[in-house]
Amino acid sequence: MTQEATIAGQPPQAEGLDGVVADWSGDKQAFPVHWGKAMMWIFLLSDTFIFSCFLTAYMNVRMSTTANWPNVSKVFSLHIGGVEVPLLLIAIMTMTLITSSGTMALAVNYGYRRDRAKTAGLMMATAALGLSFVGMQAFEWTNLIVNEGVRPWGNPMGAAQFGSAFFMITGFHGLHVSCGVVYLTVVARRVWTGFYDRKGSYATVEVTGLYWHFVDLVWVFIFAFFYLW
Amino acid sequence: MNDAAAASATVHPQHGSGTADHGPAAEGQQHPLKIYLLIWALLFVFSTFSYLVDYFNLHGMLRWSLIIIFMLAKAGFIVAIFMHMRWERLALKFAILIPPLALLILISLMAIEGAHTFITRYGAFGH
Repeated sequence: MTQEATIAGQPPQAEGLDGVVADWSGDKQAFPVHWGKAMMWIFLLSDTFIFSCFLTAYMNVRMSTTANWPNVSKVFSLHIGGVEVPLLLIAIMTMTLITSSGTMALAVNYGYRRDRAKTAGLMMATAALGLSFVGMQAFEWTNLIVNEGVRPWGNPMGAAQFGSAFFMITGFHGLHVSCGVVYLTVVARRVWTGFYDRKGSYATVEVTGLYWHFVDLVWVFIFAFFYLW
Repeated sequence: MNDAAAASATVHPQHGSGTADHGPAAEGQQHPLKIYLLIWALLFVFSTFSYLVDYFNLHGMLRWSLIIIFMLAKAGFIVAIFMHMRWERLALKFAILIPPLALLILISLMAIEGAHTFITRYGAFGH
């Protein structure tokens, strides 16, 4: 029984390592999109699994601890003029990220309209909003570490697992936002200098947008499960 | 999804012409600004709603179901419209959206394990 069975009208298929090379280099295309977009989607798929593992681990430790989980609504409240507003900083951070997602969506749209100035401007606005998000996160971390005494191994408010879950999940997300700001700045600069006009395609702007929207998407889940639950 | 079947029935689809009738897929995604602005506004509305769930201190099933509904609505709008998944071809939708379903198994197993650990700890330490 030979594996070199011929499919009607096609030459016999190579076997072994040659076969691997032939299969992977074959003139086939599964997804009729810009290659960068397909690759970004696959990267985001893998990232989905990473964040899901963090959130599932958080679910697991929160379910299994016998100590009380700290009152998140209270931990992340802000005092405005003597009044304690629950979760205010997180709400502002959420709105900042959603605003940045909107400016990014518009940037992609203007990119395909070949509007260099608007695309670059909106991308820089997105990066600035991302930077302010990271700034607020730094403020939040500082407050929790310095004033509330939260550590990865314990805290005065309740279950010891709170700190490690918080630092891992928001830290990894913050890292993604920070990388996104750099990514956006690099691409925005290229838009501004007309790099994509010379290349003849603004697909990179859409690929960058995919990454940025994903960062916002992850925050939707963190907001729901970590801050509101 | 007749067009997907038609494309696979064609023996040698030409990349250029194969996507020509799918305007957006050929050279990026172009859609009216209106839909982005609408989704943008909806995301603000849903975020405000989920914040209000906490603000008004809702509890129990009402709180959890509202949080999940607003979360899924936001996630769906971001993926479908902002990330253009709605306009992609079915092959790409399947490749990206089906694998995460495996996570449901992980989540279920970890939930069972977490509950078991809780019971064991409660029995052993009594608090």
